[in-house]
Amino acid sequence: MSKTLTEKILSKASGKSVTPGDVIEVKINIVAFHDLTGYHVIEVMEKADMMKVHNIDSLVIAFDHLVPPPDVRSAEIQQYIRKFVKILNVKNFHDIGYGILHQILLEKYVLPGQIVIAADSHTTTSGALGAFSQGMGASDVAAIIITGKTWMTVPHPFKITLSGKLKEWVTGKDVALEILKVFKADYFNGMAIEVFVENPNSFPMDYRATVANMGIEMNADTLMFIPDEVTIDYIKYMRGIIPRNILPDKDAKYIDEYTMELDKVELLVSAPHSVDNVKSVREVAGIDVDYVFIGSCTNGRLSDLEIAAKILKGRKVKTRCIVIPASWNVFKKAMELGYIHTIVEAGCIVTYGTCGPCIGGHFGVTAPNEIVVSTSNRNFIGRMGSPQAKIYLSGPSVAAATAILGKIAEPGDLK
Amino acid sequence: MIIEGRVIKLGDKIDTDIIIPAKHLKYTEPEYLAQHVFESIDPEFHKKAKGAIIVAGKVFGMGSSREQAAIAIKAAGIKAILAESFARIFYRNAINNGLPVIVCPDITKEVDEGEIIKVNIESGEVIVENRIIKCKGITGMALDILRAGGLIEYLKNLEENR
Repeated sequence: MSKTLTEKILSKASGKSVTPGDVIEVKINIVAFHDLTGYHVIEVMEKADMMKVHNIDSLVIAFDHLVPPPDVRSAEIQQYIRKFVKILNVKNFHDIGYGILHQILLEKYVLPGQIVIAADSHTTTSGALGAFSQGMGASDVAAIIITGKTWMTVPHPFKITLSGKLKEWVTGKDVALEILKVFKADYFNGMAIEVFVENPNSFPMDYRATVANMGIEMNADTLMFIPDEVTIDYIKYMRGIIPRNILPDKDAKYIDEYTMELDKVELLVSAPHSVDNVKSVREVAGIDVDYVFIGSCTNGRLSDLEIAAKILKGRKVKTRCIVIPASWNVFKKAMELGYIHTIVEAGCIVTYGTCGPCIGGHFGVTAPNEIVVSTSNRNFIGRMGSPQAKIYLSGPSVAAATAILGKIAEPGDLK
Repeated sequence: MIIEGRVIKLGDKIDTDIIIPAKHLKYTEPEYLAQHVFESIDPEFHKKAKGAIIVAGKVFGMGSSREQAAIAIKAAGIKAILAESFARIFYRNAINNGLPVIVCPDITKEVDEGEIIKVNIESGEVIVENRIIKCKGITGMALDILRAGGLIEYLKNLEENR
């Protein structure tokens, strides 16, 4: 029987031919956690009295949420995890300074066709490389570290085709928001989205990572891009290896499908307080903004900084502006290419290797009644600090244009 | 297992930042988390939660993987959650911490705030006064974990029975 990518990956990992709705046990290729969930994972292992790792090579740890530690408790959490790393001799450990876990997984670890589970909901990001990836809680992740496997219900695969080419300044973020605008946040519950890109080079890896990252905001079990030459080239460029590819069968059956014409996608924002409250920039243009954040596992990649730098070049920001590259690697390249210089000249603060204000932890939390434009992934009440703040989510071009004008804007509004 | 309790009604898309904001995630102690559950929408929530059953709309618990969301709700004394649908990660976290979660299409139209309801968590039958509403009971692996009292206990049992 022909199979979708979801069915192929889960059949291989469970050792039997699966169909949607089956409850299966699967072997996990990569299991990961960061500081904020990691100490909880280790606590569970301690409580269960099972301080052992099934396969040390498959475990990846990166510090990103409490980086650098803003208080004693955060520093303690990291100290506790470092002890675990030392005792169990964890090889794939990234202390502060390497970057956000999801970005590191893309740059260094994940391969097409793998199953990736991490103690963070935005683990769907690894779907950019055609891996079946999803977040789980601390207990589930602890059980995977101990046993190497987990149980799951096989989701119903849904096919999205991206055809054509995006307009100038429109990016992966707008595509993610367009999907949320059309389907809303509850539609894909229990489904796995498989994205086919008709012209692979029209939709680069950074855009794929943004869309896959937002798969969790669609409440999809996972969101995978069908691996193509862009996937292979990315892995070859980043790691010097050529991965084995995996593709769905040509006549595989999907629960439904949807084609998006990229040429028609507009610049979009998610208005407060829900990610699927999607509006065109024109509908909200002119709203006064206090603070702009460009970064996170959603939009802290090189192309995001490139777009921001293009718009900020030779201009000064009117809002407070914080920019956080998603990894050391992104930061270094952005420096070499002059983007960081341009962004700093424009009046933004740049730091790196942290989730920063996205989770309202530190590095720019919001005050009551402030209005924020953020390239991150959630605008829920209280997400970035005060429950009275209002968060608009956008792509990098809208965020940069907004920072310059001090009100919600798109690049075309700049003189 | 039959659970009885007073209904607290919540809407659609209750997210994990509403259940327990990130600033509390540096701790896992149930008593601490219970004090802060739903504090941004109702600072008094933990006082009225004891013995109640939450009835909610679509994708309850959407958002982050924070297991503290399930721990906080359970520690506040909520006996079960009935929702029209659950976010996948929250559903697993609830089961893994011994909090019964039951999928109930249209339940928000069937019951009112403050009503006393009885829920059979295996069969999915919900009794409201003299009416019976049929929901999806907890089955399979999820039921095994719930019956063990959570995932840690389930894993311990597996180890012992080896």
